[in-house]
Amino acid sequence: MTLQAHDIGLRVRRRSLLDGIDLTLAPAEILGLIGPNGSGKSTLLRLLAGLVRPDSGQVTLDGRRLDQMPRRQIARRIALVAQNAETADRITVRDAVRLGRTPWLDALRPWSDADEAHVARALARVDLAHLGDRDWSTLSGGERQRAHIARALAQNPQILLLDEPTNHLDIRHQLEVLDLVADLGLSTVIALHDLNQAMRCDRLAVLQHGVLTAIGPPEEVLRADILARVFGVQATVLIDSHDGSRLMRFQPIG
Amino acid sequence: MTADVGVHAARRLRAPPWLWVPLLIVAAPLLGAAMGETPIPLSTVWQALANQILGAGYALDPIDQGIIWSYRLPRALVAGACGAGLAISGLVLQTLLRNALADPYLLGISAGASTGAVLVVIAGLGGGLVPMSAGALLGALAAFGLVVGLARLSGGGTSARGAAQIVLAGIAGSQLFNALTSFIIARSANAEQARGIMFWLLGNLSGVRWEDVGLALTAVVIAVGTAFWHVRALDAFTFGTQSAASLGVPVGRVQAALVLATAAATAVMVSITGAIGFVGLVVPHAARFLVGSRHARLVPVTALIGMVFLIVADVVARILVPGQTLPIGVVTALIGAPAFAVILVRARCAP
Repeated sequence: MTLQAHDIGLRVRRRSLLDGIDLTLAPAEILGLIGPNGSGKSTLLRLLAGLVRPDSGQVTLDGRRLDQMPRRQIARRIALVAQNAETADRITVRDAVRLGRTPWLDALRPWSDADEAHVARALARVDLAHLGDRDWSTLSGGERQRAHIARALAQNPQILLLDEPTNHLDIRHQLEVLDLVADLGLSTVIALHDLNQAMRCDRLAVLQHGVLTAIGPPEEVLRADILARVFGVQATVLIDSHDGSRLMRFQPIG
Repeated sequence: MTADVGVHAARRLRAPPWLWVPLLIVAAPLLGAAMGETPIPLSTVWQALANQILGAGYALDPIDQGIIWSYRLPRALVAGACGAGLAISGLVLQTLLRNALADPYLLGISAGASTGAVLVVIAGLGGGLVPMSAGALLGALAAFGLVVGLARLSGGGTSARGAAQIVLAGIAGSQLFNALTSFIIARSANAEQARGIMFWLLGNLSGVRWEDVGLALTAVVIAVGTAFWHVRALDAFTFGTQSAASLGVPVGRVQAALVLATAAATAVMVSITGAIGFVGLVVPHAARFLVGSRHARLVPVTALIGMVFLIVADVVARILVPGQTLPIGVVTALIGAPAFAVILVRARCAP
């Protein structure tokens, strides 16, 4: 299943939020989305999820225009984990994950054992099966993020869109979430802030002021000149003597 | 912990819902008709009903027969329909706006419906061709549009501050529409009309007759039916509107259908009984406390509790002060305002 953006643009009150974005998400690929605050990462994810219609260009799923597909059909293929999705309702973790089955249910197709199996599988996949009956409000930040991913997995999607899933998590939970995403084997677009973490993606797309300024494998994109231009930082590459992997150190350009 | 106890109690109660739900719907209005300043035995109520519907020919005091059939029964039926309708409206608004304090009364929707109704009845809008409830519906929708629009403009949303914004916008809306209502009354009504209207505005079931029953029941069946049809969509709003959309819910269409159905219920209830406060606010919270947050159970339980609550409130209104009937809005406010305070405090404690 291929998700493509063809020259999409979005304007709000004459301000351009996104402009001329061309993007193809290959099957089973993890595409990282990086860029400074306000560069349009969340907006691009919303467009790719079909929640917002672009003013120009179009998003297609296997060649079909997203804005001409029923919302329910999109939700069976694309799942979005947004930022700051919170609730004050008193619901259990399992009930929250059950919401992921919404696009597969209607009056003629009520809740079934198959749906319950999907939910159980999703909970097990993110290692939360033991917390299924806990109240949502008792979960830690990392557990909530994993529960959101389980809800997305319960949609049984082929494409997963994640908006800064490691935000506000401690370092151990950040790594857990990233490992989980890497293991899922789904086509994934993931917005990230940490550039060292971004290096684990198959490809990276760099957004600046709503324009795609670079796209390609991490080692080509995370070059000193691009980082200086987009983020205003001077990057130095260090080699970890432990396993020979590359990591970066940043300093503001003075 | 107390919440868990509530859930378990409800599970035991839930055993055969096909049995106790219809039983409650039939029994509550009958009990409401039996109780009053002069209590009438349930058997008499039953006989009066049999006389009227089946022509059973039981020998009854014609005064009892009249009180039950022409006065108390339609009153109890409208009270029940009104309670269910307002409670469902409150539940739907709370879910769609992600706001624990949303309620047709607090958000000014009832005030808007009052203005619309008064425009038709007193100012003669529509030249007698427009029914009062249609005017009330227009007023209710105008108020809802105004309040939600104002809340958006002032940065309302699902954040804590946004939750306050929509309640503040509701206060502004209520004040505006109440002022408009007073203005229309002062300008167009004679002294006698004004007195009647003022009493009606407080929320009052005194004038209820059989003609009102059909309209009230239709409105409540449509509102509860629409909510029940959309239980999964309502659940999907748990994590907000965007989350609902990404779960495949056609958000705009669902919101429009639900707001229209509940605004219509509110408008019809207001046109019959005046604005009754706090039912829509308090009842959904009581229902959530009993059966949790999933709408498949929440919608019917909210409707049932709302029905019973308003029938009981009406009985209390009739017997609390001997020789006098209080406006039912006074009773619901006396119960609802402290409950509102509790919800406010608990909302602050929640994360």
